[in-house]
Amino acid sequence: MSYDVLVIGGGPAGLSAAVNVRARGRSVLVVSNPLEENPLWKSERVDNYLGLPELSGRELLETMRRHAEKAGAAFRDGRVVSALPSGGQWYVGIGSDMEHASALILAAGVARGKKFPGEAEFLGRGVSYCATCDGMLYRGRSVAVVGYTPTAEREAEFLRSIGCTVTYFRQPKRCEIRGGQQVEEITCDGVTQAVDGVFLLRPAMAPTDLFPGLEMEGGYVKTDRRMATNLPGLFAAGDCTGGPLQVSKAAGDGLVAGQSAAAWASEAARKGRTT
Amino acid sequence: MAVKHFKTADFVQTVGNEPLVMVDFWADWCGPCKMLSPVIEEIGAQYQGRALVGKVNVDEEPELARQFGVMQIPTVVFLKDGKEVARKVGAMPAGVFTGVLDQYL
Repeated sequence: MSYDVLVIGGGPAGLSAAVNVRARGRSVLVVSNPLEENPLWKSERVDNYLGLPELSGRELLETMRRHAEKAGAAFRDGRVVSALPSGGQWYVGIGSDMEHASALILAAGVARGKKFPGEAEFLGRGVSYCATCDGMLYRGRSVAVVGYTPTAEREAEFLRSIGCTVTYFRQPKRCEIRGGQQVEEITCDGVTQAVDGVFLLRPAMAPTDLFPGLEMEGGYVKTDRRMATNLPGLFAAGDCTGGPLQVSKAAGDGLVAGQSAAAWASEAARKGRTT
Repeated sequence: MAVKHFKTADFVQTVGNEPLVMVDFWADWCGPCKMLSPVIEEIGAQYQGRALVGKVNVDEEPELARQFGVMQIPTVVFLKDGKEVARKVGAMPAGVFTGVLDQYL
């Protein structure tokens, strides 16, 4: 199904964006990891969010999510693994599925682009970021899953169910991937395993991996005052655009990005009708 | 037809006489492949007569996928006079692929 706006990330920035897209009468889909995997979920107390003091991160997230649901935002659990502009639409790969929208808002939190040794070199030659996308190419073979979320453990289960022999590395600090033409082995925190494939399942893709050509500044996504990036139809909000990494700032960013993306979608719809 | 669907049986014969070939390895359960499909069609039409643009369904032609060591899809492989000269992994904008084609034309 086609949406006016698709939001990547379901934290305060993404939810605020979704509420504000709906306030402008546009349709919106929020794609995110499960709410309990948001880093804010673990905060015992947030005391500087105006008007709602003394709430836990979990309470704040649940309140915001309910607000966005009530506003009419659609939700989908999943990790965005690719994005491609084509014919005035953004096509977004979510696991092995796909959605499209006129405008995108990146609100996926802080995801650093730092890679493990061998990761970039063996991408597509044994290194993958999506088990449900590429798992079928590894049926009956030995693979490693380097997982940083509970969702990653479910993806490892999927790989086992299709006949892969899976070695699971839970949140290792350091890994190195080695091989010749293709991946042959991986070492994580001193443990080496011979494998044909490595699935690196981080909470979110680094912005520049998801959007080649995206302008960054000081390690964060560069935006203007409308929260527009240098890529047409792509907006960004929240921690991925820089500090302070606080809920109030994220919600404010989300409001601006939501309004800007809704305006972009309205303009696209208007052009579509007149041409 | 702007885009050819390659089969293992006739791949070598088909590609052997072509100076420049672009092959998209895909499957119908792959979201990013679906995203890339219209882009490949468009390039096929754009370069008709100058380069052979084709697709390989990795489920139907696993042997071809194995020969090319395809371990993630979509993977797009470029062949110049039958030899691999470039490879792009993942769904990318058309310019990335046409850039490679223009370089080898």
